[in-house]
Amino acid sequence: MGILEVKNVGKRFGGLQALGDVNLSVAENSVHAIIGPNGAGKSTLLNCLVGKLIPDTGSVMFDGQSVLGRKPFKINQMGISRVFQTPEIFGELSVLENMLIPCFAKRDGAFHLSAFKNMLDDKEIIDRAQHMLEEMKMADKHSMNAASLSRGDKRRLEIGMCLSQEPRLLLLDEPTAGMARADTNNTIDLLKQISDERDITIAIIEHDMHVVFSLAERITVLAQGTPLVEDTPDNIKGHPKVREAYLGETQDAA
Amino acid sequence: MLKLNKRDTLLFVIVTAMVLLAPFLLNPFPQGSSMAQMFNAGYPDLMQRFVIFGILVIGFNILFGLTGYLSFGHAAFLGIGSYAAVWMFKLLSMNIIPALILSMIIAGIFSLAIGYVSLRRSGIYFSILTLAFAQMSYNLAYSVLGNPSSSYNLTNGETGLQLALDDPRILDGAAAANGALPVTKLFGLAMRDSYNLNVGGWLFTFNVGYYVAGILMLISFYVSIRIFRSPFGMMLRAVKSNQQRMNYTGLNTKPYTLAAFVISGMYAGLAGGLLSSMDPLAGAERMHWTASGEIVIMAILGGVGTLIGPIVGAGFNEYFKNILSKINDGVLHQWLSFLPDGLENFIVGILHYFVGKGWHLTLGLLFMLVIIFLPGGLVEGGQRLAKMFKSKKTDDESDSNNTPAE
Amino acid sequence: MDQILLQILNGLDKGSAYALIALGLTLIFGTLGVVNFAHGALFMIGAFCAVTLQRILNISTITIDPTKTDFLGNPAKIKTPVVETWFGPEMGASIIDWSVPLAILFAIPIMAAVGFIMERGLIKHFYKRPHADQILVTFGLAIVLQEVIKAFYGANPIPTPAPEAFRGSFDFGTYLGYEANAIIYPYWRMVYFGFSAVIIAAVFAFLQFTTFGMVVRAGMADRETVGLLGINIDKRFTIMFAIAACVAGLAGVMYAPINSPNYHMGMDFLVLSFVVVVVGGMGSLPGAVLAGFMLGILEAFASMNQVKAIFPGIDQIIIYLVAIIIILTRPRGLMGRRGVMEE
Repeated sequence: MGILEVKNVGKRFGGLQALGDVNLSVAENSVHAIIGPNGAGKSTLLNCLVGKLIPDTGSVMFDGQSVLGRKPFKINQMGISRVFQTPEIFGELSVLENMLIPCFAKRDGAFHLSAFKNMLDDKEIIDRAQHMLEEMKMADKHSMNAASLSRGDKRRLEIGMCLSQEPRLLLLDEPTAGMARADTNNTIDLLKQISDERDITIAIIEHDMHVVFSLAERITVLAQGTPLVEDTPDNIKGHPKVREAYLGETQDAA
Repeated sequence: MLKLNKRDTLLFVIVTAMVLLAPFLLNPFPQGSSMAQMFNAGYPDLMQRFVIFGILVIGFNILFGLTGYLSFGHAAFLGIGSYAAVWMFKLLSMNIIPALILSMIIAGIFSLAIGYVSLRRSGIYFSILTLAFAQMSYNLAYSVLGNPSSSYNLTNGETGLQLALDDPRILDGAAAANGALPVTKLFGLAMRDSYNLNVGGWLFTFNVGYYVAGILMLISFYVSIRIFRSPFGMMLRAVKSNQQRMNYTGLNTKPYTLAAFVISGMYAGLAGGLLSSMDPLAGAERMHWTASGEIVIMAILGGVGTLIGPIVGAGFNEYFKNILSKINDGVLHQWLSFLPDGLENFIVGILHYFVGKGWHLTLGLLFMLVIIFLPGGLVEGGQRLAKMFKSKKTDDESDSNNTPAE
Repeated sequence: MDQILLQILNGLDKGSAYALIALGLTLIFGTLGVVNFAHGALFMIGAFCAVTLQRILNISTITIDPTKTDFLGNPAKIKTPVVETWFGPEMGASIIDWSVPLAILFAIPIMAAVGFIMERGLIKHFYKRPHADQILVTFGLAIVLQEVIKAFYGANPIPTPAPEAFRGSFDFGTYLGYEANAIIYPYWRMVYFGFSAVIIAAVFAFLQFTTFGMVVRAGMADRETVGLLGINIDKRFTIMFAIAACVAGLAGVMYAPINSPNYHMGMDFLVLSFVVVVVGGMGSLPGAVLAGFMLGILEAFASMNQVKAIFPGIDQIIIYLVAIIIILTRPRGLMGRRGVMEE
């Protein structure tokens, strides 16, 4: 029984069957990658997990509880954090404030009317945020505007913000898309370190095979809205069906 | 001091000093001089408007400045507050305290209801929804609920809601013996009482109503500083910055925006109640959507999202409205009399459209210029000027903090 | 039955005005992505085009007729409009009489120029700014335009009559077999409705059947892709803005005889037109037209005495009530598309 159990999930947009019949089990404290060619339904599946979309059929259970029909912020409070393809951070706020917000959300919940507290008096939260910034090696940038960070730093900040909530499941949507090689390798190292040091499950959607094969413990291949195979990276590499449906295709495209 | 940091304390002290000393500051010219007629602004009526509109825009800024939700219907709450206060004067007592409390409560209830519906949508939809609600409130107040012959005449329509001798006024007892309408007061102090100080050629007026409103504005200002510096204020700025990230960080944006909407609605209610406290007459035109537009204009002129901007904007708008509407062709001729006659007439002929009754045009143009060139308002303009002077002194210090781009 | 017919007819002329303004708003919004708070001002400028032409046509030469005297005993001054001296008294008089329809020709170049200048001079610079800034700058422009008109034409409404031939009313009642005078409808309102229908049809035909229209529609659906195809979409959008300005202006020209133009008529119509756009669905042209007529007719029904007896004052708030209910039940409006102005 994995921490995330997806059973018979289907989603249709008008005439298009985006997800056919997806079954997926993500084991606790593992790194699980979902790969597939464009239009395979990866993003649709991810959106069904975080509450942005509601699947037409099937169930999604997280830690024994259904996530279906819950709003994104409720699902996040259950322990699922999401990292976006393009970093979603609070651009107009300082780096420290960016980190404070998830810390407040973790402690005070979805809404807390604290209109008369001075933010900077809250030592507990400030310490936590600063500690997280140090861990992300961004402590020296705490007073910068988040929008002025480099792409790689924005990604680090976003991952740090998610981690500061101590989620049980971290979902990453093509975390290295559009990144230079050096930034990509840094991100891989960061994610490796996170999965080694923490009790955390990581589910990652990725295009870049280099990223997938250096991180994942298990890989699910999605094609045309249905899972093709699920196996360890080594077996996936040699799997004829996968080569045909996916790897072959990317080689052609490249 | 007062649990504010150093800079905020300084700001608050400066504003406090300006509010308390306004009767001096606004009357720089001796009484009776031509400059005084034009530029002095130390009359109770005008000073009251400075601080009351200050409260209104401070509240509006908590919504628009922090969350970015542009309400085009805030005047509705101002009008609702005015009506509530006049009803309190009619029914209960001429003391302004119950009236102000009721104004804030009623405006709060209305803003809760209107905000709940309007905040289901964001962006332009939100602006249009608030506009529709405000215009509906205006129509209700102007005609539907203001028909003097009907049994539910809450607003007295076109004439406006005003005091009458036969109002019950439960706490105050019988009407004044001389048959005159009673005046609004804070316990023993009548709002319209003034103390005049003659110094040389100068006349300074210290009006009770102004100081009551001024102190309430200072309290409002203090509250707004605290909100800006609180975790709640940060969450509101986060709403403006990225709602998606809010949602995926386990935060429910709706109660945050609704709380901001209600708080700013209550500020508007307080301002409306104060307007009625200074002059117990409430009319529907206060709720018209052009009045809402004027609130937006004041906020933008001053500087949205800054602490001091709303006060600057409200003061600037009221002051220049006052001056511009006083200037007429005669004054212009007098000022430009040093020019050759033809040129003088030509310039006066052009300026004619921008002063006197044409002040709307001038403020409209100014408003456009500010949005186009100075989106941060006058406060940003001041900061830019300050920076220019600073950078002349220390030219090489810049660029040390910048990080390399990706 | 006759009452119902009458109210539907009564709703048509206001509904036409709403529909035309909302159509232009939607065109601008759909193509440029800008909410134009100055659109009501364009409607108002159109109405003042009619006023201006009427004044131009009435420019007169004054001659003194020594054979007649006025009541003070002085020789009478006789005003002769210049057009009468040019075209002869009869032709001249009828040109003056027909000044409002003639103002359509007069208004088209003016409105196109106003639209062009507005887009190139101001709105272009706001495409990349936040929506709030766009709303605010067009709001400021609306104030400025209306104050300029006020400075030149004064604050009072200026009566601008329709041609003599259309001043009467048509008795629909006898025509349809009801009693006489049950359904009386002024000719000019019928003209207005017909005119609006033609304009609306022309705009839709233009978008549907011309290459230009096709590109604009594609741009409304997906601006970036069309831009990538190497089509100069900006230039077309400028033209679209000018067209939308013309539509609003013509709606204003023809509305002048129904409601004497005043400087704040644009603002009055603007608020309701926004409501119409939201009810119809932001970005949907058929939605704007449908909602315009629907709300105009609803407003007419709400102002019936029988209805007002049950809900006093309902005519003042019906449009807003309907808008709020629709936003709550169908957040995208009647015919709104997914993803327009969301997030």
